[in-house]
Amino acid sequence: MLYQITNKKQLSENVFQMDVVAPLVAQARKAGQFVIVSPDAETGERIPLTIAGADPEKGTIRLIFQRVGKTTALMAEIPEGGTLGYVAGPLGRPTHIETFGTVVCVGGGIGVAPLLPIATAMKEAGNKVISILGARSKELLILEEEFTALSDQIVIVTDDGSYGRKALVTEPLKEICAGAPKPDLAVAIGPTIMMKFCCEVTREYAVPTQVSLNTIMVDGTGMCGGCRVEVGGQTKFVCVDGPEFDGHQVNFDLMMRRMNAFKDLEKRALEQYYKEHKCKIGLDRK
Amino acid sequence: MPTNPEDLNRDEQQACLQQLLDKLAKDRYAIAPQPMPAQDPIKRRRTMTEVALGYTETQARLEALRCLQCANAPCMEGCPVRIRIRDFIAEIARGEYGAALAIIKENSLLPAVCGRVCPQEVQCQERCTVGKKFKDVNMSVSIGRLERYVADLAQGGGQTPAVAPPTGKKVAVVGSGPGGIVVAADTRRAGHDVTLFEAFHKPGGVMIYGIPEFRLPKAIAQQEIDVLKKMGVKIVCNFIVGRTRTIEQLMKEDGFEAVYIGVGAGLPKFMGIEGEHLVGVYSANEYLTRANLMRAYEFGKGSDTPITVSKNVAVVGGGNVAMDAARMAVRLGAENVYLVYRRSEAEMPARVEEVHHAKEEGVIFCTLQNPKRILGNADGHVVGMECLRYELGEPDESGRRRPVAIKGSEFVMDVDTVIVAIGNKANPLIQQTTPGLEFNQWGNIVVDENCRTSLKGVYAGGDIVLGAATVILAMGQGRIAAQAINADLAPPT
Ligand SMILES: Cc1cc2nc3c(=O)[nH]c(=O)nc-3n(C[C@H](O)[C@H](O)[C@H](O)COP(=O)(O)OP(=O)(O)OC[C@H]3O[C@@H](n4cnc5c(N)ncnc54)[C@H](O)[C@@H]3O)c2cc1C
Ligand SMILES: Cc1cc2nc3c(=O)[nH]c(=O)nc-3n(C[C@H](O)[C@H](O)[C@H](O)COP(=O)(O)OP(=O)(O)OC[C@H]3O[C@@H](n4cnc5c(N)ncnc54)[C@H](O)[C@@H]3O)c2cc1C
Ligand code: SF4
Ligand code: SF4
Ligand code: FES
Repeated sequence: MLYQITNKKQLSENVFQMDVVAPLVAQARKAGQFVIVSPDAETGERIPLTIAGADPEKGTIRLIFQRVGKTTALMAEIPEGGTLGYVAGPLGRPTHIETFGTVVCVGGGIGVAPLLPIATAMKEAGNKVISILGARSKELLILEEEFTALSDQIVIVTDDGSYGRKALVTEPLKEICAGAPKPDLAVAIGPTIMMKFCCEVTREYAVPTQVSLNTIMVDGTGMCGGCRVEVGGQTKFVCVDGPEFDGHQVNFDLMMRRMNAFKDLEKRALEQYYKEHKCKIGLDRK
Repeated sequence: MPTNPEDLNRDEQQACLQQLLDKLAKDRYAIAPQPMPAQDPIKRRRTMTEVALGYTETQARLEALRCLQCANAPCMEGCPVRIRIRDFIAEIARGEYGAALAIIKENSLLPAVCGRVCPQEVQCQERCTVGKKFKDVNMSVSIGRLERYVADLAQGGGQTPAVAPPTGKKVAVVGSGPGGIVVAADTRRAGHDVTLFEAFHKPGGVMIYGIPEFRLPKAIAQQEIDVLKKMGVKIVCNFIVGRTRTIEQLMKEDGFEAVYIGVGAGLPKFMGIEGEHLVGVYSANEYLTRANLMRAYEFGKGSDTPITVSKNVAVVGGGNVAMDAARMAVRLGAENVYLVYRRSEAEMPARVEEVHHAKEEGVIFCTLQNPKRILGNADGHVVGMECLRYELGEPDESGRRRPVAIKGSEFVMDVDTVIVAIGNKANPLIQQTTPGLEFNQWGNIVVDENCRTSLKGVYAGGDIVLGAATVILAMGQGRIAAQAINADLAPPT
């Protein structure tokens, strides 16, 4: 059945993985692309999620998402065998994959999920892949196995030191950039603030850096302009011009402000949802 | 006046007839134009339900009697799809509403839509002899309202058009706006196997996501979609042509022999001024999509899509889209809504009726003003908009007088939301993914007079060809494209 969840797993306290039936998307998708999904076709909000993987034979795509607001909370509630309201895609321009040489892939938090297909494609194209994965603590780290399997070298860091090195991803990134030979390309995906600081590091060492931006979106096809960002002083639309951009050109400060556009409304919606559903997740989570 | 024609020679007969007609015409001129009943302006500021309520039967017949039945029917020339206006109005005057609708349907598939949203005052009604006689287009016969009247009467009871026996040929229609709907209907009628692809989760194009409920109820567009379904058109939503499948794949792998591209205008334009990235600045497309398609006005009560709750809103622009956004902002609870336009009201491209309704609803018109920059606070939220005052100078290429900024006239408008409604550029998605398809310098698809593109078997129409157009023009092109498709797919004779 279209949009049926054939497989669902909880990867950490707030991160879920699901395989969803969307055969045409599974066939067409390339690394770096995303879909617009909604838990309910009538009332749901449209949210963008990266396609973390696909099985064209089974006709399924893999989504990995973090429960942050109402829509992702609703999706987390749908059981295996249930269906999503809809899935539309693949959207965005695919990642530019070629043999660059050495590629450092930096993933923070949930950003590790969208990084996986890109790292995989980079490896398949014959690059040496060095991965740096970061999380707030051990329980929140995801996809370690997958990255270990594909990377030539892997560094894991946690904010609290509960696993791997106690550091932010920028530390090992700086060391790698300072080393010889320096990497040919960096790919950084994670919270906006993390991408901003990664770009400051790589700019210093003149390592070209791709970032994947996760702005607010509505249609995902270039119609609404809600996803606009400033890149190289020009207005770009993340859904049709991106989602990947030259990180050294992105105005992250403007972007971070825009991301908070609906913060208060969204918080209210989530609180109301939890109140009405007295749900097991509880409101005490950060 | 002698009444027995036998007593008169031919010239005298003619003169007599003319006299009679003139007398009748005077009587017709004496009938007052029928006003459109509308919801109370104060009450409607807070409801999404339709503003214009539609004629009563008496009003419709009176209005129809105002038509002089001109021999040359100049009104027809003003209608892009050449509806036989004089004849359908004659049927209404007679009370034959079904017959009237049948005449309209010969040329227009969506009378309930066009009757509501056509810019009649610059099309059919502009040419009307009655309006000309009074030198006032507002005195013209209300052709659109009459069209709406007969379409609404038949609501739901309309017949599903007959479909010819299967031809075994597959037609893909990309985009479910008015153009796409017409192509789907007309090619399906010819017996082709038709699939309509739509990127959004609901079909209907701008009629669903752009034009607000209070001006065009969603149920009307939905009815047209339902008719397509009954005719056996397959409707596939959440399908982005170019991404989910390319046009080439549809033709080479999926067996479609003809593809119509009706993807509409895309990419909203921004002004390129400081502060446009602040929180609280929307394109009209985003604002209206959130409000209409996603029903953000029911946020927290059946809809999960948020929209800023604003106190003071500035809408920049002077077209229909700007009016819709301003009137939507009123309904979403804003206290003050300012419409900021750099020319004067006379140059506004919006429909007169819309301007009128917006004013009634309390939208404050700030003409001859234009934003210079948008001001934000430390959190990046809009707190004001700096504007310049303008005056009208010499006419420009468009013939309209060019607005010129008055030096040193800066002032700050106290607003927390800015909606930019200054038009769209063409969406690049089809261009990015369809090699060989010819586009002009603005990114619009190039077509010949039959809506054929540079690629064999590929047709296009509507906003993606015309730039920003109208429902009826998109529909008209759909008609032409469907004729070309049907001709090209017909077996050789
Ligand atoms: C191209 C693209 C790909 C993405 N891929 C993934 C993915 O693979 N996995 C994943 O978990 N998320 C991904 N995101 C982010 C995801 O879309 C948001 O987390 C989601 O929209 C939140 O919806 P919500 O209703 O649950 O939360 P909301 O109620 O909308 O938001 C809750 C909180 O999250 C913040 N927030 C809102 N939108 C975003 C956003 N776009 N990014 C980060 N924080 C946000 C809000 O400010 C708010 O504080 C992607 C975004 C984009 C643009
Ligand atoms: C707010 C607003 C008010 C307006 N008011 C009026 C009015 O009063 N009177 C009037 O005559 N006109 C009005 N117009 C203009 C009118 O709506 C358009 O000219 C008309 O709808 C164009 O029709 P179209 O056939 O080109 O398709 P559109 O209605 O533009 O629809 C195109 C459809 O294609 C879909 N699509 C886009 N890309 C893809 C893709 N790659 N794959 C699949 N589907 C895709 C879109 O999601 C959309 O549903 C208004 C427009 C707006 C935005
Ligand atoms: S379709 Fe539009 S232009 Fe044509 S007659 Fe009707 S209202 Fe007038
Ligand atoms: S021009 Fe006016 S009066 Fe004459 S036929 Fe048309 S609608 Fe009637
Ligand atoms: S999401 Fe609407 S333009 Fe990008």
